[in-house]
Amino acid sequence: MLFAAARQSTGMKVLLGLAESEFGYRALEETLERAAEAGDDLTVAVYGSADERAGLLDAVRTRRSPEGPEPDVVELEEPAGPALVELADTGDFDRLVIAGGYRSPMGKIQLGEVAEFVLTNAQTSITLVR
Amino acid sequence: MIDSYPDEPAGDFDAPPVEFDDDAGRTIEIRASEESDFDALVEMYDDFDPADRAQGIPPVRENRIRDWLETITTGDALGVVAWHGDAAVGHAILVPDEEGAYELAIFVTQDYQGARIGTKMLEALFGLAQDRGVERVWLTVERWNDPAIRLYHNVGFEDVDSESFEVEMTIRL
Repeated sequence: MLFAAARQSTGMKVLLGLAESEFGYRALEETLERAAEAGDDLTVAVYGSADERAGLLDAVRTRRSPEGPEPDVVELEEPAGPALVELADTGDFDRLVIAGGYRSPMGKIQLGEVAEFVLTNAQTSITLVR
Repeated sequence: MIDSYPDEPAGDFDAPPVEFDDDAGRTIEIRASEESDFDALVEMYDDFDPADRAQGIPPVRENRIRDWLETITTGDALGVVAWHGDAAVGHAILVPDEEGAYELAIFVTQDYQGARIGTKMLEALFGLAQDRGVERVWLTVERWNDPAIRLYHNVGFEDVDSESFEVEMTIRL
């Protein structure tokens, strides 16, 4: 469970930075689940190529729980790291959720460029899903 | 992806098998890894000190270790195993990426670290790799992992300029 300690009656204002990756879809599922349970006000910011963004928007629609609130959706301009940080810091979010990147051929977990930028630069509290 | 490699090859390396006495006086044999090594490697990784894990590998728990080992020992991957008697005490692996280069990783069990086994394994692995026509090898390592960084520099790896959290290095064989 992603936010096991954070079960509360009023939800948080959460921003999910979502890209096409193994960990991205997990971040989406966990964040949607938590939003439905806790009543989070969720915004999903998708980034990547136009094709990838279209696929991600589709995934947000189809994976959303019918009981949960409908998330706001934003498409980020490149470079996505700074765009995500700006959105998180100016949008009054309680928490920014990002996925941890990808696995190398060896199976090493590598943070992507965006995850690294966000971790070092955002003022918002961050949850890293991997 | 990493695409900056030294212009010149790092030199010639002898292929395994290699036998030597390590700095603690133990006789260590390094051999090219074979399918029959699988269970000995599972045992080695199952006992692996969690503090020596790097970037999520080796995974914990035997079933996940088996899955991981299968993916890094199939196809064009190559590896060497360091043996002390019947026990696998080190494993160095090259796994192909999508651009014809190879990612390197090396693991030495805790009691056998700091005894030159890592250097000998990398040299043997490079010898094996040269026999198979491998030319470009890369790795990532955490910035604080000084013993590993020293080892990689000693065998000829060069740092790649990068703003990443991790140090990236390459070598040409």
